Amino acid sequence: MFLTSQFKTTLKKNLQPLNLLPQVFLILLIIYIVYFFSKNTEINLDSRNLNFGFDFLSNNAGFDIQFSLINYDGSSSYAKSYLVGLLNTLLVAFFGIIFATILGFIVGISRLSTNWMLNKLSLIYVELFRNLPLILQIFFWYFVVIRSLPSTEKSVIILNFLTINLQGFYIPKFIFSNFVFIFYGFILALAVTFFLRYYATKVFYESAKVIPVFKIFLLLVIIFPIIFALLGDVKITIEYPKLVKNFGIFNYLGGVKLVPEFLALLFSLSLYTSAFIAENVRAGILAISKGQKEASKSLGFNNSQTLKLIVIPQALRVIIPPTTNQYLNLTKNSSLAAAIGYPDLTGVFAGTALSQTGKAIEIIFIVMMTYLTISLIISIILNWYNKKIALVER
Amino acid sequence: MENIKIWLKKNLFSNWYYSLITIFILYVLFSTIPTFLDWAFFKATFIGNTKSDCKSGGACWVFIKVWFDKLIYGFYPEKDLWRVNLTFLILIFSVALAFFVKDKFKMYILFFIIFIFPFIGFILIRGGFGLDQVETRVWGGLALTFMLTFFGIIFAFPLGVLLALGRRSELPVFRYFCIAFIEFWRGIPLITVIFAAAIMFPLFIPANANVDKLLRVAIGISIFESAYIAEVVRGGLQSLPKGQYEAAKSLGMGYWRMNFLIILPQAIKTVIPGITNTFIALFKDTPLIILVGLLELLGMVNLAKSNSYWLGFAVEGYVFVGIIFWVFSYLLSRYTQSLEKKYSTEKH
Repeated sequence: MFLTSQFKTTLKKNLQPLNLLPQVFLILLIIYIVYFFSKNTEINLDSRNLNFGFDFLSNNAGFDIQFSLINYDGSSSYAKSYLVGLLNTLLVAFFGIIFATILGFIVGISRLSTNWMLNKLSLIYVELFRNLPLILQIFFWYFVVIRSLPSTEKSVIILNFLTINLQGFYIPKFIFSNFVFIFYGFILALAVTFFLRYYATKVFYESAKVIPVFKIFLLLVIIFPIIFALLGDVKITIEYPKLVKNFGIFNYLGGVKLVPEFLALLFSLSLYTSAFIAENVRAGILAISKGQKEASKSLGFNNSQTLKLIVIPQALRVIIPPTTNQYLNLTKNSSLAAAIGYPDLTGVFAGTALSQTGKAIEIIFIVMMTYLTISLIISIILNWYNKKIALVER
Repeated sequence: MENIKIWLKKNLFSNWYYSLITIFILYVLFSTIPTFLDWAFFKATFIGNTKSDCKSGGACWVFIKVWFDKLIYGFYPEKDLWRVNLTFLILIFSVALAFFVKDKFKMYILFFIIFIFPFIGFILIRGGFGLDQVETRVWGGLALTFMLTFFGIIFAFPLGVLLALGRRSELPVFRYFCIAFIEFWRGIPLITVIFAAAIMFPLFIPANANVDKLLRVAIGISIFESAYIAEVVRGGLQSLPKGQYEAAKSLGMGYWRMNFLIILPQAIKTVIPGITNTFIALFKDTPLIILVGLLELLGMVNLAKSNSYWLGFAVEGYVFVGIIFWVFSYLLSRYTQSLEKKYSTEKH
């Protein structure tokens, strides 16, 4: 009853000529603009003998992509090149977010350190990286830092694990047989932890005993997969990158190769974004009043308990919303890959595929919609999380 | 002496792991800074006009010196450079003047910068009224960076304010249109906007209506940034108590008078830092136009470093660009912080 009456008032208000006219005008204007653009597009496409449609996606792409997570070659379709680009974007965004978060937290906490040197150094770090254009940083890593790495024959090998040279970074490839058992062990550890957490909360409210769930989780996540691996007869073969001489040219074969474009993009995105995250972390920790820490001490919590139970949960509440924005920015900024030729969504699809097919409208539409979808998904997930930890006021 | 000891003990060596960190940092600094200083100053070459003058092994600042005009003005005709200089002098002069005059005159200067200066600048740089025409494709370098930033600011700001008002409008068509508009632009990367403006947009307009590529890209960037401005301004609008709206209405003010005289002045004042941050982001984003072949400062450096005669001076070029961008961004953000402090004291 209430709802309908409210609806009626809104409707009535909107039907008043002074409110109705501008709205009708806006709708007509939008319709006219859409009509104007589509009419022109039709004429322009006709005059260039092009047609509108998404059929081209199943055609042969006919170009190679040097860095791909899935099997791809010139005979694959445009749709598959889109997928390669999308996966490359997600790959660099995923690792970028992880590194930026770790670096951001380290630098953010260092900014509050009482060690003068550490404090000032992290201040310089933040001011340096966030005030330089990202594209300049990408160029610097790509054209200066990576170009100055040693040549293939003089590769730097660190701990027999990481091989560094001009061609990129090489790491050994781990090949598992019966990998699925390790995965089962991991799932079981997660499931046990889930129930343990539920139980621990109950115990905490009933008898104020603290069960160290996180420590147990760390233990389980290591032990269960190992037990399962032993039971399931999992064998690991490590394929090391090998230096091979072919037609007088040295080259590394085998292992996992990380191309310079990927590295330059990953480093610059991580460093740039970490400077912003560091400021969020600093602001978040500063936002907690001294009284909170004192209250926690007076309740008898020790330093690590204060940090874990009082400071971090409250600081996260302040840190998470702006950091979410930084994750979104990082994902969108990964499109700068196009500038150095890393085959991400923009580079492959809005770059190569567009210039080959000339399907400007369709391709830019697809690319924009993809980024929009990624942005929406990330913000929905983090909004949900944010709501979960938001302050519940009486 | 005793004071220094106490200071060191307290700030650098308060416990064993801080001491370790301090020593580690000192080691890193001592092993990198001298090398850098050697490269940038002591072994660097400042004098000369050709590549062969750079033999010392340090930085070759001759590279920057030789390319300086190109880096600043792009391919703008040499005999007309005074026109670009004059334009920026007018701008710098009027901004500087605004710092020294009374608040009442600040309004007039602001009016001049927003409504009159753009036309003067456009005529001076583009030509007309007796001046030679200079096509936009020869515009470039730092001048283009500044022009784009200025254009972006004066278009994105009013548009952003209108969008923010629209998003809080009681009229559903306006509200939902603004929400969709803002969220769309905020959800896509700027590069796709630049690509769309350069490649896709010409298909949307009649074939004979030739809109300049630089203008299309500039409009694209402005609309993109306006969505961010809108969200910042919305934050300011939300922070105002309801009483302000009610008071304005009870004085008999209509929608526009209420917003422009009561609401917006207060709302915008609280979000000045956010707005300047968006402008800094806009400034730092301008180099992206490289991707559609427009050469601002970074683009000119890329061109210079791949010139077959001047190969191998990428570092010098990027350091030069870096210093320019860094100084402007840092000064602006510093200025913002001081504004923030100024306004936060006024509140109490």
